[in-house]
Amino acid sequence: MKLTTPFRDPELARAQLSLIQQIVADYDGTMTLMEVCGTHTMAIYQHGIRALLPEKIRLISGPGCPVCVTPVDYVDHAVALARRAGTIITTFGDMIRVPGSSSSLIREQATGAQVKIVYSPLDAVAIAENNPESEVVFLGVGFETTTPTIAGAVLTAAQKGLKNFSVLTSHKTMPAPMAALISDPELQVDGYICPAHVSAIIGSDAYKPLVDTYKVAAVITGFEPLDMLQGIAMLAKQIVSGEAKVETQYRRVVKPEGNQKAREILYKVFQPCSARWRGIGDIPDSGLELRPEYSAFNAATKLPVEVEEPREHAGCLCGEILKGKVRPTDCKLFKTVCTPEDPVGACMVSSEGTCAAEYKYG
Amino acid sequence: MKSDVILLGHGSGGKLSHQLLDDIIIPALSGVATRDQNDSAILPAVSGELAFTTDSYVVDPIFFPGGCIGDLAINGTVNDLAMAGAKPLAISVGLIMEEGLPVSDLQEILAAMRTAADKAGVNIVTGDTKVVPHGKADKIFINTAGIGVVRNGIAVSGSGARPGDKVLINGTVGDHGMAVLASREGLELESDIRSDCAELHSLVEVILEAGGDNVHVLRDPTRGGVATTLKEICAQSEVDIELTETDIPVRENVGGACAILGLDPLFVANEGKLLAIVTEDVTDKILTVMRSHETGREAAIIGTVVGTGEGKLSLQTAIGGRRSIEMLAGEQLPRIC
Repeated sequence: MKLTTPFRDPELARAQLSLIQQIVADYDGTMTLMEVCGTHTMAIYQHGIRALLPEKIRLISGPGCPVCVTPVDYVDHAVALARRAGTIITTFGDMIRVPGSSSSLIREQATGAQVKIVYSPLDAVAIAENNPESEVVFLGVGFETTTPTIAGAVLTAAQKGLKNFSVLTSHKTMPAPMAALISDPELQVDGYICPAHVSAIIGSDAYKPLVDTYKVAAVITGFEPLDMLQGIAMLAKQIVSGEAKVETQYRRVVKPEGNQKAREILYKVFQPCSARWRGIGDIPDSGLELRPEYSAFNAATKLPVEVEEPREHAGCLCGEILKGKVRPTDCKLFKTVCTPEDPVGACMVSSEGTCAAEYKYG
Repeated sequence: MKSDVILLGHGSGGKLSHQLLDDIIIPALSGVATRDQNDSAILPAVSGELAFTTDSYVVDPIFFPGGCIGDLAINGTVNDLAMAGAKPLAISVGLIMEEGLPVSDLQEILAAMRTAADKAGVNIVTGDTKVVPHGKADKIFINTAGIGVVRNGIAVSGSGARPGDKVLINGTVGDHGMAVLASREGLELESDIRSDCAELHSLVEVILEAGGDNVHVLRDPTRGGVATTLKEICAQSEVDIELTETDIPVRENVGGACAILGLDPLFVANEGKLLAIVTEDVTDKILTVMRSHETGREAAIIGTVVGTGEGKLSLQTAIGGRRSIEMLAGEQLPRIC
């Protein structure tokens, strides 16, 4: 099966680009499109999309990288748990390099803490099963794409009667932050490039209230270059004709109702809560916490540890970058003090972070 | 040898060590390994400049589709010599084993080393064996060092790229890194991706024969992949290089696995690939000889040295965009070689 090449066809790309040119030819002013998924951010840089678009279209990156939007106090909490005797921290890879206030998981690992990278939360359950004398904590970050698998891991641990498995949760949901950002007068977002795989779970219908309330264009877009160009064309068309509706470019994956089975599992274990977003602050109903019946798996209450006072690095513009207000190159630390090998902010760590993308491909 | 696993005593220098050497290691490498067990190997005098290199191998898992740590350890050092324009003469092998390593695994690794050394026409002349307690190493680590003699009149170097030169590669990129990653425990990615692990000495021979001193740079893009290696060359030669994405060969399954995992094949390791930067007039000739060689069938021209400059590496993307490429900072994938 051809997985990528048909979606990178040069001729189709040229056709799509001239279509975009035509659409915006008579448009007065600049339209601002925001992507709220880290994979889109990376794809824009990786394929050099920004430079191909007419000047009238401005792309800005929003808070779509799960690692980047995780606040520093969460990292500090994970560090404190890593230092706890008999504890094994299990996590997706990117988290281990995110700087906390005074340490990071990679630093704790180098000095003896047990930090294991897993590719699936079920691997963390297996580690708990194989290490009955240790407490295994999984770092639950991410959007609706990963949360159902973490819910599945909690259900599996419950079925197996595991007493040594818990999750430190910092789950986020869409589209609450999109509503928070659209009401920011400094940003003036005209259209949203909506996340692809989050939408596969929540469905395109989930964006209707956002679009109806704020009259903003929204197109659920895939990650390959042709997907992105088509999605941008669809957004431009809506904006030029003054429309505001939810459209799905990524129809081969996303359905209006989303993935009901995944959501069932998700909401069996988690419930909505207010969540703190790095750079944005607290947004009501933008996070997920464990339901009371699964509180035995809540690392935050099960394993009391002392967490240091959170301290953001002075001068780091991660917060403003996550809101799309500034570009990485506007930050004085970018490429000087803050590099992928010695990151100051989370946006430089994650492979989906805007600063990492700018550094690697900019 | 009685035990079917490696014991601490096998590295003690005593009786068990001798058993391991006599029963397992020397027979497995025999034909290429010297039978004289002295403290040093004595090599015959050669005329010409010598190239000398060393590398350590810690790949996880130790067996992966398309190879194992054994052939990797030989080919890696042979290739480092080859990239200096040198003909490999002799190799040393240091084995650091974790107590409990199955002897059958060791035998398989040694057999792979022997086959690789034979293929590259190089002798394993000296070695060392150590065993560390369980948990203090991960199965087996191998260090190899190699000596080669540089061909007369050949001065390939990372600083040799000149404006107008063409950049060639002998095949698809990213195969090794993705093969190792896909076979890692915990990543249930079913695929038929195979490592490209191979010796490149014989390919270098035909390239140099065809191109002579018009071959300016030879490098094997191992860790950090093609992107990192070319970026190094840009800096060393103080030139700018432009690549064309559609000309870079990537296997469909490697490209797909990279897309799933969010990796860029240009940054993924290779173990049987070389980049040759050559003058434009010999490009077609070299491409032809590469393509008629076993390890160069899918060779391609992937870019051009566009001018002297600050060492910029850029890529014309498939959809017509342009992006610059920076060196990989951290490890994209730890322990791939």
